[in-house]
Amino acid sequence: MVVTDRATLGRPTRPRVARSSRKRRRRSLIAYLYILPALAVYGVFLLFPLGRSVWISLFHWDGLTLATWAGFSNYVDIFSDGSLRSAFEHALILIVFYSVLPVCLALLLTMSLSRGRIRGRTFFRTVFFLPQVIAMVVVATAWSAIYSPDGVLNKFLDAIGLHVLTRPWLGDFSWALPAVGLIGTWVEVGLCVVLFMAGIQKIPIERYEAARIDGCGALRELLAVTVPGLRGEIAVALTLTVVAALRNFDLVYITTHGGPGTSTTVPAFEVYHRAFETNQVGSACAIGVTLAVLIFLITLVITRIAERGEA
Amino acid sequence: MKITYLAAAVVGVAVLAAACTPGKKAAKPTEKPTSAISTDIASAGKVTLSVWDQEVRGGQNAEITQLNKEFMAKYPNVTIKRNSKSFTNLKDTLKLALSGQNPPDVVEANQGYPDMGAFVKAGFLQPLDSYAQKYSWRSRYPKTLLDLNSFGSNGTAFGSGTLYGISQTGEIVGIYYNKQKLSQLGIKPPTTWADFEAALGKIKTAGQLPIAFGNKDQWPAIHEFGVLQGQLAGKDAVRNLVFGKSGATWDSAQNTQAATLLQTWARNGYLSPGTNGLGYDQAAADFGKGTGVFLITGTWEVADLQKTMSSNLGFMLPPPASAGGSPVTTGGQGLAWSITARSKHADVAAAYLDFITNAHAADVMTQTGNLPAMRPASAQPPAGTALADIFAAWKTVSDADGEVPYLDYTTPSFYDTLTANLQKLLGGKQSPKSFLGTLQHDYSDFQKTKK
Repeated sequence: MVVTDRATLGRPTRPRVARSSRKRRRRSLIAYLYILPALAVYGVFLLFPLGRSVWISLFHWDGLTLATWAGFSNYVDIFSDGSLRSAFEHALILIVFYSVLPVCLALLLTMSLSRGRIRGRTFFRTVFFLPQVIAMVVVATAWSAIYSPDGVLNKFLDAIGLHVLTRPWLGDFSWALPAVGLIGTWVEVGLCVVLFMAGIQKIPIERYEAARIDGCGALRELLAVTVPGLRGEIAVALTLTVVAALRNFDLVYITTHGGPGTSTTVPAFEVYHRAFETNQVGSACAIGVTLAVLIFLITLVITRIAERGEA
Repeated sequence: MKITYLAAAVVGVAVLAAACTPGKKAAKPTEKPTSAISTDIASAGKVTLSVWDQEVRGGQNAEITQLNKEFMAKYPNVTIKRNSKSFTNLKDTLKLALSGQNPPDVVEANQGYPDMGAFVKAGFLQPLDSYAQKYSWRSRYPKTLLDLNSFGSNGTAFGSGTLYGISQTGEIVGIYYNKQKLSQLGIKPPTTWADFEAALGKIKTAGQLPIAFGNKDQWPAIHEFGVLQGQLAGKDAVRNLVFGKSGATWDSAQNTQAATLLQTWARNGYLSPGTNGLGYDQAAADFGKGTGVFLITGTWEVADLQKTMSSNLGFMLPPPASAGGSPVTTGGQGLAWSITARSKHADVAAAYLDFITNAHAADVMTQTGNLPAMRPASAQPPAGTALADIFAAWKTVSDADGEVPYLDYTTPSFYDTLTANLQKLLGGKQSPKSFLGTLQHDYSDFQKTKK
């Protein structure tokens, strides 16, 4: 509202500029008054803590005694300290499991659910969405049991004669990270399916008919009709899941605590660990700020790409 | 673009608004002379004592609840405002509470550099030397236990100097065993370390699991390795390392032997398969149900194990090199009860500390299934139970001065270094030599900062 108002009133071609600009100023002041309560809340609970984190990240601070100025050395550490760098690398690998895989799987599921008449479509949709509703702590605890050395997964592999594949999934140096990632896939697929199912109903049926007349196969149809038609939903799904991947804390905290060794540490876990357990508050803030910037940049790129495609 | 400038401006303003060096200059708490301490609590006026503890588990909670009630009955002018949280929850919130405007009067602080050391450095804890003199705490506890609650030179030297807290409960790491399984296999409870190692091989050959051990939680291996190191390197070597005495090194032949032995156990299948992926609680529960003949862990597990195994459960100290020799094991005491430096009722708080650690308190602890750290307790657990074994073991090891401190006390980052690398050692990802090299690296880095 405010923006359109200002845009029309602000046209320089309008007569009696002086008066209208005074009026405009008063109006915009009133407009700011309207957003003041929200801005105050936002400022106190978001902007101030954000600023404070940025500031603290420039210090070496144990959280108790007087801090000493560190400049950008906490940020330099993120790139030079091998264990911190690997935490960020793990986060990037988790994006594959949290975003790329779920979006691809959800596209396939959406296609099969929407092609032709499937009985109990709502039922399937609900089933796929259920993991989203369950608290992450419960999800993590349940999957820990599934992955444990004598858990369901290993028992299943044993039963079908694949004993060679059984391993302590969460305690295996090369398999722990993918194992944690797959829990993320399981959780996020449902969200993507529900988004895509809603979006696919907007795609005019004529397009599919045209595609079929042109002799498109299922794959061609997916790439030529479904994916472009779902561009907006895909962007939303990617943004949400990428953010979930990067700020992943609870899953790692409960399933592996960063182990075995340091093979599953992630930035958000390091923030908690350093701020509360090892008295490195400055470093924790630097990781937090870097993570926020990274999330901002990645989501910016995703929305830009989605917008460019629309234009 | 305009939005970007606006955002930058807003963040800039927020940073400026927040700009002042975080933290406060360390305070220097003063200590009253012993003569100025008042033990006349009844005439101290109306006092509300705010206490933060982590005694939330069954027997511990019962014990504190009863002692608090008795203390308030004895001094009707004192009200105890108890705030109990789980261990991790307390650890995560205590720092903020202590640096806030109204810190509690009495808190339980974890020993070592990251917690107690940091608090002492910041001047948040009251030195207790004159209270210790007034209440004769130094004769209540063995010196080893008091050392663990002491820091010198403002929180930088752990293990000696000024006393900052006293503990209620004792805890040691030992070997639980399944009596029935041992006798089925025709093995007597081992009395020497060589017997113990021989028993492991025999159990394995018989197709059973020698030691139930889950290390997904990372910390359990500290105790496993600590026991082996205690046997092979001896108590003095371990103490010198943890307390940072000059000349001590992780790179020694004995430590290498201990690391090699642990790795060999894992390789030979003496430990639960997939140990890095198996939860600590799960392994203990499996042991309770009959998987595994031995379980090497702390006395804190006894209540849960006794529930499932009752008289089938036994407990022993890691057997010494020769039968009847003096035992060594990882152990110590529960968290330290400390008085905050800014408490307005330090004298009342000290009387409370004295009350929950005196001989009567020891009896209450015994009756509620806890192991009191101080001696002597007149109450004894029923004979033939694992708890009775534990009481006897605690006495033996205390009399022989055989406790070695938890290894993670060594440096502020040692918990991380040790746990991550023990998982690598157990998983065969790291040789004993490079394992100890990594520990030594962390260790010498920290020793340099102390100079």
